[in-house]
Order: sequence, then structure tokens, then C-alpha cells
Amino acid sequence: MHSSRPTRTVLASSGRPLDLDPRGVTTPDVTRGPRPHRRAILSLGGWRSDSAARWVFIWPTVVVILFLSIFPLVASLTLAFSELVFAKGRIELDFVGLQNFQILFFGTERTHLLGLLKTPTPLGWVVFGLGVAVIVRALIRSVTRGHVRPFGAFVRIAGAVIATGLLWLVVQTLFSEGGRPGSLVVTMIYVFAGIVLQFLLGLGLALLAVQPLPGRRFFRVVFMLPLTITPIGVGYMFRMMTDTGKGPLEPAFDVLGMGQYTWVTDPWAARIAVIIGDTWQWTPFVFIVLLAALEGLDQEIREAAFVDGASHWQIFRNITWPALLPVSVTIVLIRLIEGFKIVDMPNILTGGGPGTATQSLTLQAYLDWRTLNLGRSAAIAYILLFLVTIIATAYVAWARGRIRAS
Amino acid sequence: MANPLRRRSPLDISPTAKVISYVLLIGWSFVVLFPLYWLAVTSLKLPVDVDRGPFYFPFIDFQPTLAAWHNILFELGNDTLRPYVNTVVVGLSSALLALTLGSTAAYALVRFTYRPQVGLIALGAVCVAGAYGAMLGGVPWQLAAGSAAAVFALLAQAVARRSRRRLANDDIAFWLISQRILPPIAIVIPLYVLFQQVGLLDTQLALILTYVAANVPIVVWLMRDYFAALPVELEEAAAVDGASVYRIVRSVVLPIAVPGLVATFLITLIFAWNEYLIAVVLSSAKAQTMPLLVAAQDATRGPQWWAMSVLVLIMIVPVIIMAIVLERYISRGILVGAVKG
Repeated sequence: MHSSRPTRTVLASSGRPLDLDPRGVTTPDVTRGPRPHRRAILSLGGWRSDSAARWVFIWPTVVVILFLSIFPLVASLTLAFSELVFAKGRIELDFVGLQNFQILFFGTERTHLLGLLKTPTPLGWVVFGLGVAVIVRALIRSVTRGHVRPFGAFVRIAGAVIATGLLWLVVQTLFSEGGRPGSLVVTMIYVFAGIVLQFLLGLGLALLAVQPLPGRRFFRVVFMLPLTITPIGVGYMFRMMTDTGKGPLEPAFDVLGMGQYTWVTDPWAARIAVIIGDTWQWTPFVFIVLLAALEGLDQEIREAAFVDGASHWQIFRNITWPALLPVSVTIVLIRLIEGFKIVDMPNILTGGGPGTATQSLTLQAYLDWRTLNLGRSAAIAYILLFLVTIIATAYVAWARGRIRAS
Repeated sequence: MANPLRRRSPLDISPTAKVISYVLLIGWSFVVLFPLYWLAVTSLKLPVDVDRGPFYFPFIDFQPTLAAWHNILFELGNDTLRPYVNTVVVGLSSALLALTLGSTAAYALVRFTYRPQVGLIALGAVCVAGAYGAMLGGVPWQLAAGSAAAVFALLAQAVARRSRRRLANDDIAFWLISQRILPPIAIVIPLYVLFQQVGLLDTQLALILTYVAANVPIVVWLMRDYFAALPVELEEAAAVDGASVYRIVRSVVLPIAVPGLVATFLITLIFAWNEYLIAVVLSSAKAQTMPLLVAAQDATRGPQWWAMSVLVLIMIVPVIIMAIVLERYISRGILVGAVKG
């Protein structure tokens, strides 16, 4: 039953459940039982149940995380419901309930966070309709397929409602007359544009650099370089690059008729500059991880497939890609989580301007923090936490389905 | 030298494809290197050369000077050296620790099955929350912690018997990575208070601990995929031969997981090396790291481009050297043959 060829394990392991949500959100019961592959392993071994090692291996990590992550998490939640008050000679933290959130969603900070909401254009309605159709279809498929407990169904419906809300926000701010996006939508633009660009570039570069070409070591080290620079430094570097007067690309800007151009006047140009800087910096991250994964693959299987007449594309599609899928899912998840925290690039490159056009959620939180509005800063961070947790959970559930299907 | 376009393995691509590959590789190298070249050129300029518009080539369109280098390395030598040493110490030790903790946990999550009970976790959370609330209400922390522990011990048995819901390995992994979702800006104030209480503010240890906690989830996730891709037969063979789990991990698993370990080490090292916000809050003078120095160049007089360029360049040199040294370990062939052997 258990193959002795290494690649078999590679492929089989790529089919393992990647992640799962305990609250019964997803897994149909069919996959709960041990798969034949797993059972074969389990029957073999006493060494897997070495009780001491089981705990020695995992507890240090759990303890470190518990001590250094949970406390700040709880403490900043307290902050999100409080306000810093400067009384005579001391500073007080007053409990204010939901006031911080109320200001952000309905009060004076509404435009800053959510943007200027207007009625969608006809195109906006089309986009909204298509989006809702996709969401409803995904919801129906996920509820009808397999056994879903009531709680799981509830979570999915809640997720669909939130997704529709976000879509409505995007349509109202981006596809409307006179609307403009707030930091929430801008952050999502950064994240999704960034991830797509970084993943495709990183994958392409890893596939190029894994070929046995002379000089590939040079390219590999060079491609890692942007990652090694401190994000602050990258921010300033791109400020030089985007300087249309004294920057090195000045002749190019002249040719494009942008000689006297200032980024501070065009929101979209400024946002694209931020995305380019972010992509320049983080593509190497995808590159290095995928490169290591590609190097770990068994060359002989691919050679055998090639001898059997498979084309390069078929080899990539049927052998390389399935083996890369788990690590690709992980890296996109990490970039998703990290990308939502984008702060240095917009802060240094554009200062968040023009106006608040390039501000991300974290930058907004940072600016509030700098003006000692700690409560609102923590509230923004918690909105971010809420949003990213939902997106990450949904993404992981979806990716797990894809891995199983491939 | 052999003709680089000759085909060796059946998988090798055609000469045309090779030429295209080189064009693409060189193209992206240019994209990567041009901003760095500009940084290097800027570090050789006087303020006036930076101000007068783009000059590209030293000696041709401007007269290069080592003024900025001299200033940073000698005149301000001690102010540069201390953060530099801090960065090296904090970066290396936190990356090594995170790699050790994270990769053992990742291995455990791949090969062992954990089934923690939801009921027990909930009970633990309730006890901790109760203790926290009691402390806010003025109860001394020793008493609060003691009673919480007592309550937990008393109820644990009963809850464990009743609760059926269990979590799985993947839930533990997701819990770990979810600790990275909250932006640092939200946790720096609590962290500041935490380290102030234990008297570790402005020390390397505080930064090391924080970075380990911040980077361990990334190590777990990356290494989990690398370990899962390894053939389990090797470990089983070693187990049949009577090796202990520790022995298996040390002598069988780690050697063949080297590419993943190296890539992950580089990534965590770089994250700790370059981190700004936590460092700026947790350190004031003694434990300052290099990113703070870079940011400090844009203080009152506008960005000091030349000094900033020097600092960024000296900051990346050790990482690049390490990348060059370690790159050879991210290469093919370590796994091939091991299984058939």
C-alpha cells in the first residue's frame, strides 16, 4: 500500500488536510477518518507515541506564544475600549465602551476608515451583482456539500454576509460618482494587488533560478537582496526612485511628460507607487521559499515523465505544481497576514497622502498612536484583526479544498 | 569552459529557452540592482550633488567623496557600532532560537497527533481571565494566580470527562499564525508595560524574546510544509532500528530538511534584523538597533540621503554574506538517493 518511491510521499502529503477550523466550520465527515496512507504509517509506529517527546517538542513554543502574545492581545483589547485621559499630573485610562468603534464607523472618522460612500454607477451595480452571485454560489456549494453542523452553517452565512458587506463598500467607494476609498479599502487593494504580483513574480523567478544554468547562484543571491533591506530603508529608497525632479528616473519621467509631476496630487499614481515598492521588497520572500521547495523536489520523477513524453507544461501542471501547492498556500497566507499590516511604505513614500488616499489601516492606527489616541489606535487594530481572521480562515478552508481536489 | 547552452539532462531546456531565461533573469537583476546602485552612488555624494538633480556616474558627472562614509564610520563610529552590535546579537540569537523552537514544534505537528480538549482550553481561558479581572480589581497577583491555578486543578478532571470537542494539529498551527495578525502598533504599549514590570526595558533580551515570539509562527508554518514533504520511510526505518525520536530528528530529519531550514533561518534573521516599531518602543539608548539609526536620519533637517545610504549599505552586508554562504545549502540533491540508499 505504501509506496517506496519518495515522490509518492510528496504527492500524498500534499493531499493532507492543510488546516482546519475546529468549530466544525468545514470538514465533511468523509475526510475525518484516517486515510489509507495515514493508517499505514500509524500502524508502524511506537515511536510516534513517545509521550515525552510529544510534549517536549511543542510546549516551549506554546509557552512562548502564550506569554508574549496573549498578554498584549488582551491588554490592547482593553485599550480598544478605553480612552487616554490627561488629568492633572497623571494619565488615566477611562473605560468608554464602544465609543472608539462608534467614532470610526459612524462618527467623525467614518470617511477616513470607510471612505466616501456614494451610489454606485451602472458598472458598479454589475460588479456588485456578479460578486453577490459568486458569494451565494460559494455559500450554497459549501453548505450542501457534505455534512454541515448548524454552527458551521451559521459561520458560513455570517462569512457570506460580511463578504457582501465588504463588496458593497468596495462598489460604493470605487465604482461610484464622487466616492473615494477609505483606509480599509485601500489596504485591501494593497494586499490583493501585492499578493498577486509577488506570487506570480516569485514563482516565475524561482522556476527560472532553479534551472541548472551557469551563474544561477549569482541570480539567486541578487534576487534575495530586496528582502534584506530594512523596510524603512526601502521606503526611503523608493522615495528617491519616485522623485520626478532629482531622482534617477527623472529622464524617464521627462519622456513620459511627467517632469514637473508630483505624486501628491494623484491618488492612484501614489497607490501604484506604494504597490510597486511593496512588490519590489516582498517578491524575494516568495522567491526564496518556493526556491527551497523546488529544490526539495525529486528531479528523477520529472525526468522520467519527460522521457515518457510529457511536455514541460504537463510536468509543471501535474508534478511540480501539486508539490508546490501546500507551501504556496502557506506563503500566500503569510503574505496575506503581513500585507494587511503594511505601514512603512505608504508612511515614508507618500506620508499617507494625497489627503488620506494612500493610508492603510495600520498607518491610520500608527498616526492615531503618535497623537496619543491609543484607544482609537487599538480599535483600528482590532478591526484589522477581525477582518484578517475572517479572510484568513475562509482562505485556508478554500485552499484546503483546492489541495484535496488536486 | 563548457558551452552553457549545451543540454545535459533530458529536462534541460532548449537553447532558445535558455537565452530567454537569461534575458529574464538579467532583466529582474537590473530591477533589483538599480535602486541599490543608486543607493551606493548616493552614499558617495555631497548634499549639493544630491540636490542638483540626478547624477549617475562617479567621476563622470559628479566628484565622488567618502565624506558620508567617513562621518558614519569614524566621526560617529561609536554611535554606529553599538546599534550594529545590537542588531547582530539580537538578529542572530532570535533567529536561532525561533528556528529551534519553531522547527521542533513544526515537526511535532506533522508527525504526532494532538487532540487538545476544547473544554480544558476554555476552562484555562476562564481561569486566566478571572485572575486578570481580580488583579485589575486590586487582588495581589500571587493570590490571583494561585487561586486561578487551584480552580483549574479542581475542575480540570470534571471538565475533561464531560467535554467531547477536541482540536487537531491544524487548529494549533492556525492559532500560532493568528498571533501575527494584530499589527505591532497595537501590542507595543502592552509589551512596553510588560518589560517595564520585569525590568528588561532597553535590553537585548527583551528584543530577542519579542522577536522569537513574533517569528516562531512563521517558522512553524514554513517548516511544517517542508517536513510534510519529506518521505516518512526514512524515519520509520530509523525507528525500526531502535532510534529514539530525538535521534531520528537529529540524524535523519534535520539533515534532509536543510534547504527549508536554511531558507527559514534567513527569513527570520531578516525579519528580526530589520524590525523597526517594536525596537523603537522597547529600546532607548543601550539596545538601539540599526533600523532606528536609519529612521533617525530623517529627523529635523529632512532626509540625510547620503548618511541613510551608507547605513542601509553597511546593514545589508552581513546578511548578504550570510545569504551567499547559506545559498549553497538550498540546493538540489540532498534528498535524492537518501530513500533508495
